[in-house]
Amino acid sequence: MTQKLPHKDAVIIGLGWTGSILAHELTDAGLEVVAIERGPWRDTGTDFSITYAQDELRYRIQHELFLRPAQITVTFRNNAQQTALPVRTWGAFMLGNGAGGAGVHWNAETWRFLPTDFTLRSHLTQRYGANFLPSDMTIQDWGVTYDELEPHYDAFEYLCGTSGQAGNLKGTIQPGGNPFEGPRSRPYPTPPMKQGYGHALFADAARQLGYKPFPQPAGNLSQPYTNPLGVTMGQCTYCGYCEWFGCANYSKSSPQTTILPVLVRKSNFEARTECEVTRINLDNTGKRATGVTYVNASGEEFEQPADLVILCGFQLWNVQLLLVSGIGQKYDPSTGQGQIGRNFTHQTVSTALGFFDKDKYNFNPFVSAGSIGMCIDEFNGDNFDHGPLGFVGGGYMGQVQTNGRPIETTAVPPGTPAWGAKWKQALHDNYLSTINAGTGVHASFYAYRDVYLDLDPTYKDRFGRPLVRLTIDFHDNELKMSAFLTDKYAEIIQRMGAKQVVKQPRKGPYDVTQYQTSHLCGGAIMGNNPGNSALNKYLQSWDVPNLFVQGATAFPQNAGYNPTGTVGALAFWSAAAIRSRYLKNPGPLVHA
Amino acid sequence: MRALLQFNRRRLLGSSAVMVLALSAGTARGAIVKSGLPWKPGAADPPTPVTGEGWHYFTPQEGALVEALVDRLIPPDQLSPGGKDCGCAIFIDRQLAGSQGRFEGLYMSGPFQKGTKQQGPQSPITPAQQYRKGLAAFDAKCREKFSAKSFTQLSDDEKDQAIKGLEDGTLKLDGADAQEFFKLILKDTQNGFLADPIYGGNKDMASWKMIGFPGTHYDYRDWIDRHNQRVTLPAVAIASHPNWAS
Repeated sequence: MTQKLPHKDAVIIGLGWTGSILAHELTDAGLEVVAIERGPWRDTGTDFSITYAQDELRYRIQHELFLRPAQITVTFRNNAQQTALPVRTWGAFMLGNGAGGAGVHWNAETWRFLPTDFTLRSHLTQRYGANFLPSDMTIQDWGVTYDELEPHYDAFEYLCGTSGQAGNLKGTIQPGGNPFEGPRSRPYPTPPMKQGYGHALFADAARQLGYKPFPQPAGNLSQPYTNPLGVTMGQCTYCGYCEWFGCANYSKSSPQTTILPVLVRKSNFEARTECEVTRINLDNTGKRATGVTYVNASGEEFEQPADLVILCGFQLWNVQLLLVSGIGQKYDPSTGQGQIGRNFTHQTVSTALGFFDKDKYNFNPFVSAGSIGMCIDEFNGDNFDHGPLGFVGGGYMGQVQTNGRPIETTAVPPGTPAWGAKWKQALHDNYLSTINAGTGVHASFYAYRDVYLDLDPTYKDRFGRPLVRLTIDFHDNELKMSAFLTDKYAEIIQRMGAKQVVKQPRKGPYDVTQYQTSHLCGGAIMGNNPGNSALNKYLQSWDVPNLFVQGATAFPQNAGYNPTGTVGALAFWSAAAIRSRYLKNPGPLVHA
Repeated sequence: MRALLQFNRRRLLGSSAVMVLALSAGTARGAIVKSGLPWKPGAADPPTPVTGEGWHYFTPQEGALVEALVDRLIPPDQLSPGGKDCGCAIFIDRQLAGSQGRFEGLYMSGPFQKGTKQQGPQSPITPAQQYRKGLAAFDAKCREKFSAKSFTQLSDDEKDQAIKGLEDGTLKLDGADAQEFFKLILKDTQNGFLADPIYGGNKDMASWKMIGFPGTHYDYRDWIDRHNQRVTLPAVAIASHPNWAS
């Protein structure tokens, strides 16, 4: 028996980064806001305790802070000729759960996309001609520009206290920063992180090869910082327990360390945790959301009416909710019709291991942080001439090794036996003198007609709703790109003085058991008209104007950078449009 | 009350029965967060240390077999004690007796069908069941192949030969996939060797001392600038520090 609750001005689905930003902005605008979060409440003092946060088995190997597939999962196949099967345990991506979402366990690598990333199809067509792009590549312009987003990138970075070195201040290139980045209006809020030996040696080698290395922009703070909301963060201690873990130092940017302490004290805000939204409800025109239905931890069902619905779940769950709620038209790859589920993308990552002489090199891999690292951007986006190369796209590369945790980081040279005395000897001889950056090359994943999401015909979640089905494989473009970039990366590792370099370029088929970042994007993309997108430039649904869909769901394709900086910027940009225009005059913000 | 809270959270964290978690967690932290940060004193959730003698999952025969296996996968030498003295078999036993052994938290709805390698594991057989079947099949095969001796009675060379047979698939097991079983036990043995000692393996931080990993230190600000220098901090673990009385 569904219990109907008192009305709220806005209901926010999910209390991760975008849920927290939107809740903060809308409560500041005076709205009564309720956020409904599937997972538990979490905060630093109780859940990321300094006495036992450093537990690789529990948090990295056994995924304790993450969503459990038993709670909800997806199915996967490489192509439509296969039967999709459930992802029964996580592999290729790791999904957050609870207050703070992925902001709790991320590395906090906080990048901006390039200006040309936002006008990708126009730009590449202009430079190389339309025939240069594969005919089944469905990349698009975003409908929003870097210049429009710049103040909102700035807002997210100053919320987070991001540590970095500006490379382009209002058009003037700055030494020591990324010379390729789009212009920024002011420096980062805190100075860049310090670098370890391996990271610094990479930068030296990169300079010798003519590149311009710079420190990775980090949400691990180089010094204490108080953000514009008045929330204070601590200094990162280079503990080496960053990604997969909660931070005990208050030094990793997360909703917990930047927004939630202020948000929960507002009288017009309420969070309901361990409650899962099962459906966005529509009126009988199908063009207006009336609120959401959710189930609490005891299995009781509630209806929460609201005037405004903000969908702030992770990308996969946003698409699932749109599909099960009947919002928009589902994508059919054979006809190309329908917007919900198309242009699904991931990330193309690869690396090269470097084995060094243990008597000359000691890298102390355990002295590290989530976003530490020296990077080069010469091979990202369209920063280099693709004409002779026969592919498009690119990525940053760097010595970005985040840890020396033993189970994960005991690489041995090829040919070493997998067990026994020789295996032990190889661990002993190589642990301190190996460069092993999991995402040393972090590159784009463009969109294709046959890579998409829809609903599985067989497998269901615990509420009886169909699971999201992933149909995804690598295309030649990304594999060619990966081979090229990995070769360039390996040259730098070699130049550092490695005695052996082992290249590991990305190879197909796409394997759902191999971790390759959790940067899943697309499925309800933004654009300039309803014929090519699900959302307008403000992330407002073309189909249901009182619904806004946050997150990387909006990315028409994925660029060669970690997505969270852009997700945060879009959240601030969308919130600004809601506050300054939508609330005064609810309705479509764009008439196409 | 604290112990009950701890047991329930640990046991049910991976379970789809999230509703039971909420009831047992009570109203102290609550599902509704309003007007302030939730706070309950003592609501931490440290790992439960593995203690005590004996086996919680393995039969005595299985335990002896696993001890013999881990002592070849990680043989004793000048670099470290062997897998047995490091506690790797105890580690595996306690893991199998707990939520990990039951595949708690995994999506275990059917239909189950074999897929491609890229689609990942699709078996309803839990790790605990895989060990029970695999160990029995392996022991039976060793008796058959090595003149009715069990694995525990073989010489070190013969043991290594049997293990290599599992690894490359030439030693075929009845009712179990040899190579899958080998991968499972190798992963669990190495995890036990390298994980925090609180879980029963890596006794006295033997593996960490072997490789030069100082353990659970959480503040390296004095070391980040000291490039190419050996870190001289003593190895510490979650429940172990040289300055603490043991």
